[in-house]
Parts: sequence; structure tokens; C-alpha cells
Amino acid sequence: MELYQGSLDVKAIFARWLDEEAQSNYGAYIPFVGTIRAEDDIDALSFDIYEPVLQKWFDGWQEKATALGAVVKMAHSIGDVPVHTSSYVSAVFSPKRRVALELIDIFVEDFKANAPIWKYDVKQGKRIYAADRSTPMSGAGLLS
Amino acid sequence: MPCLMKEYQMVKVEFLGPIGKSPIQIEALTLADVAAKLKEDKSLTSWLDKCAVALNDTMVNDLSIKLQDGDKISILPPVCGG
Repeated sequence: MELYQGSLDVKAIFARWLDEEAQSNYGAYIPFVGTIRAEDDIDALSFDIYEPVLQKWFDGWQEKATALGAVVKMAHSIGDVPVHTSSYVSAVFSPKRRVALELIDIFVEDFKANAPIWKYDVKQGKRIYAADRSTPMSGAGLLS
Repeated sequence: MPCLMKEYQMVKVEFLGPIGKSPIQIEALTLADVAAKLKEDKSLTSWLDKCAVALNDTMVNDLSIKLQDGDKISILPPVCGG
């Protein structure tokens, strides 16, 4: 798992991941790229991350991937990420395509639901929590 | 005669992301005690029903967990990565 300040260098990350697994005998490499769209007059999105819990979340997925003979990778931005650049990339490598296609789907969906990352719209220099697009994590409400 | 006094532990509670509140130290035996203390704070009223909880960076879902001195409790509001 990799965290970077600001936009991701998507091409460099994907190229490096490809090199890392070049001799691993995986038949499938399925990448996902999340790019900031220009909408609602935002200049950028901005992200806070709680790394200790994110790392445990990711390690749990790596265990699931390993059990399927696959490997998952991801990178995410911290702080401001301007529109038309990328804040999130992930990938699955697996021996055959079916595992990677299915795993990238559930991995990315669970990432959206349970990775401890908070998103803000950046408009005219103000940072506004994206409350309406955010999802309570599993177990939310325990203390209420 | 056994000692029946409850042994409260001093724990740290931190509020992540957009909650925007500084960490606090409180005395508690279990997460249920933490819940009772946090409910007294009006600034948290709109957050608690939406927030998940981590104890020493592991997600938890049980109010009866006994706390140890120095434990770290993190309050995690709704997320949106990507």
C-alpha cells in the first residue's frame, strides 16, 4: 500500500507494479484508476487518511488475495488533488483472469465502504466535507 | 473480603477526519462508559450514530470490551475514499 501527498503519478506506479510482478507468472493484471472529475465547481478534492486502520484493512485484503493465488496493490493521495488528476489506483494480479476480474470489483467496492479515508470538496480555497457522498463504516453507531 | 471497587482506566479518545475535535482523556471501564461520556458532549450529537470505532487501531463492535490504561479509542466518521 502506498500513500502520496497530492496527485498520483499513475503511469509510473502502474509501470513499477508491472515490473514488480514481471517474473511472478501471473496471467492477468487488472488496474483501476480513479480520476477527479470537474463537477459542482470544485477545484480539487482533498483527503484525510487514518493510516494505521487503512493498513490493517489492506492487509486483510492481501490475505484474501493470497488465498486465491492473487495479489492486490493500491496507492492513494493525501491532501489536495486537482480535477483531471488521480487520487486512487489499485490493481489485482492473478494467475487467470476470472479471479482478478472478480477481486477488483469487491476490493474497490469495499474500499469505498470501509477504507478510513475522508473526502472534501475544495472550492475557492475552502475545504468542505463531502458528507452526502460518504458512507458510515461497518459497525457505525456503536457509541450512540 | 474482596475489593468490589471498579477500576477505571484512563483512555484517550481521538476524533478523526471532519469531526474537528481535539483528542480527550477520559476514565472508563468499557466502551459503554466511553459512549456515556461522549453522549454528554453536544458537539458530538450529530456524529455518534454515524461513526465506527477502533480500539488501538483495530475496528471493534462490542460495547462490553474491557479497557486498559492507555488504550486509544478512535472515532471514525463516514468515509469516501477514491
